[in-house]
Amino acid sequence: MRDKIDRRDFMKLAGMGGLVFASGLGFDAVASENGKYPHAVYQDFFFAQLSDTHWGFNGPLINPNADKTLLKAIESINSLKQQPDFIVFTGDLTHTTDDAQERRRRMQEFREIVAKLRVKNIKFLPGEHDASLDKGEAYQAFFGDLYYSFDHKGIHFIALDNVSDPAALLGPAQLDWLKADLEQLHRDAPIVVLTHRPLFDLYPQWDWHTRDGQSAINLLLPFSNVAVFYGHIHQEHLHTTEHIIHYAANSLIFPLPAPGLAAKRAPIPWNANQPYAGLGYRNIESYAKKKTYSIDEKALNEAG
Amino acid sequence: MIKKLMLAGLLGLTGQMTDAYAESNSAEADIPVIAIKASRFVYSPSQIAIKKGQTVILEIESSDRQHGFAIPDLGVRVDATPGEKKTIKITPTQSGKFVFYCDIFCGSGHEQMAGELVVEN
Repeated sequence: MRDKIDRRDFMKLAGMGGLVFASGLGFDAVASENGKYPHAVYQDFFFAQLSDTHWGFNGPLINPNADKTLLKAIESINSLKQQPDFIVFTGDLTHTTDDAQERRRRMQEFREIVAKLRVKNIKFLPGEHDASLDKGEAYQAFFGDLYYSFDHKGIHFIALDNVSDPAALLGPAQLDWLKADLEQLHRDAPIVVLTHRPLFDLYPQWDWHTRDGQSAINLLLPFSNVAVFYGHIHQEHLHTTEHIIHYAANSLIFPLPAPGLAAKRAPIPWNANQPYAGLGYRNIESYAKKKTYSIDEKALNEAG
Repeated sequence: MIKKLMLAGLLGLTGQMTDAYAESNSAEADIPVIAIKASRFVYSPSQIAIKKGQTVILEIESSDRQHGFAIPDLGVRVDATPGEKKTIKITPTQSGKFVFYCDIFCGSGHEQMAGELVVEN
């Protein structure tokens, strides 16, 4: 299904997991003359956000195709005529295990599987399933730094780690690093924050928050063009903290109930009549000059 | 040493937390104590019923590893640590059901580690 959508609709949809066009992030103002990006060029591009793949999960009633779901998503992305500039996995790459050797085996398998992506520029972030039990030790061995920043075609990306501390804290050292990272930027600089847990208190009763996330938000608030992309809650969700927009992505293993709308945050069981329901992503094509977009819904049961 | 716990505005709840129950002062001797044991991935008991306006002390301890004990609606949280009893004194002023849960990731059943405080009229 393809629908023309306007800029407002794009804002609503772009962060729901899937492919994201930079021109749709709402960054009308670009730090062109006074900021970090002196060349004034804000180039259109798109990236893909995949989240919560939970490689190693075993629950036949929840996802009987758990060992094939990630591969299905990869096949789908590889089949895109136009490939994303990069792909970001926003945490819970693997499902947790107490066995340190098994944790590393899952990470090794995950890394080998995602190497099948045609796009080789892949950014990883940890989720609590990857990093909370060993404070990120195995994760760092396989995927690199727990938090970092990078620039891509005029946008400053910041990856934050709110999981390697099992108490869901960013911690003072990372907050100091974030403050220093932001101090390099002009207040108009377009910033995309990538993280696993919501930085705001979405639903603390289900552990859907970052305990010191408000400290990060306070550091970001002086900047006028900020969007946050995260995972953890296994569903699409849109929230604003003042002018900062927070987008949650679908999972690629199982959906979870809407916040507070079920007695427990238990996975929604597999529906044999609608396999892969609630999993997937969207392809979004941009017509930047017209400020219009074309959405190609990519539910995982239709993809690949 | 007795530390002041936050006043929970939502329920008008009042509370105090002590590092160890043994350090509580004698005036608290008559306050009912509800012992809560945290272990992977359950609280025992997982259902607690008290009366509105009743002061109780929740005494939390872990029997295996580090857990958390949080009741977000009451603005209450403590670490549940093996070998250490943490206490929270509460006096709920509104009835209702309030979730408590583990807020320190503890393994594959972490997401299910929760219970309910029922405040009855």
